[in-house]
Amino acid sequence: MRILHSGTAGTLESSDVMITVERNPEKGLIIELESISEARFGNRIREVITDTLKKLQVQDVKVRVQDRSALDCTIRARLTAAVFRAAGIEKYPWEELE
Amino acid sequence: MKLRRTMLYVPGNSAAMVKDAHIYRPDTVMFDLEDSVSYREKDAARFLVYQTLRTLDYEGVETAVRINGLDTPYGRDDIEAMVRARPNIIRIPKTEKAQDVTDVETEIERVERKIGLPIGTIKLFAAIETPLGVLNAREIACSSNRLLGIALGAEDLVTSLRTSRSKDGIELHYARSQVLYAARIAGINAIDTVYSNVQDEEGFIAEVRLIKQLGFDGKSVIQPNQIKLVHRVYTPTEEEIHKALRVLAAIREAESKGSGVIALDGRMVDKPIVERARWTIELAKASGVVPEEVKL
Repeated sequence: MRILHSGTAGTLESSDVMITVERNPEKGLIIELESISEARFGNRIREVITDTLKKLQVQDVKVRVQDRSALDCTIRARLTAAVFRAAGIEKYPWEELE
Repeated sequence: MKLRRTMLYVPGNSAAMVKDAHIYRPDTVMFDLEDSVSYREKDAARFLVYQTLRTLDYEGVETAVRINGLDTPYGRDDIEAMVRARPNIIRIPKTEKAQDVTDVETEIERVERKIGLPIGTIKLFAAIETPLGVLNAREIACSSNRLLGIALGAEDLVTSLRTSRSKDGIELHYARSQVLYAARIAGINAIDTVYSNVQDEEGFIAEVRLIKQLGFDGKSVIQPNQIKLVHRVYTPTEEEIHKALRVLAAIREAESKGSGVIALDGRMVDKPIVERARWTIELAKASGVVPEEVKL
């Protein structure tokens, strides 16, 4: 999937996460993580982000993650929404998302 | 018997509520993708409910999702996502005719077929929120085998009627009766509308008593603290349970003696009394105040 511009989804409320996705002109994946639980869950959050981007076939992006103790499923949901917004896609390939 | 005394609305884009709503133990938790979600957040709410439903265990609490109507740009994607997320129920908003239910059912069936889910897995609820919907309540209630119930939505309705909600609910008398009769004809649940003044506990309890007396199975609620209040009103009293058990014991005794006529305390016990006694005990069992082993 091609990232065209910056896309954000989520909130800064408790149990949520705000994720912004934009193109990385330098190539590769950059994750900027800000989380109160970074010491305990930082690796796990990065893993969920990397895995979700792989499934969405997204490369060369910068992902800013402002975590407020979100569950894995919430991180996946917010990242997916941010990616589709950044790609300007409103027709969702549900079969591929399963 | 599956109770639906309370269907708790949860805004579909609230991560905390979507994750935790079941801990308040409503009979049904209902994730809303419609009115509580702004147009700009429809996609995010859909992904959130989709991912959460696919991941979390709601510990026996029934799950429902209120989708956007098929006449909006969001309805079809809501169905595509939600059938895959597999809530127990999809709730259709602003249902006005039987065809509205059939159209949603056709879409659900298409997705069920595509993903190999047995046809009919996802059940339906239809919300009736307009004058036309009220007048067509019977045809709506009888429109699909998937329908578990119909629910009155009063806020839009009273606006269409050019009135507003009052404390005694006189303006909803006709709509409530119509929805209730339609549900009973179809053999499905009738669920009352929300009570939006969350500060007014006394008024809320009075309304719950009213709709229970009318015959409704339960109420849509918007605040977790309304759940206990509804369940309390719907739980049979000790006296009602005692009376019902005596009726059922008298019936069993009469049957064992081969007697056709049953009397209790000098009064005839006829079929409607027995049916009401059975219903009271069913409700008491489901409310956890009478053990499951008690015979009906």
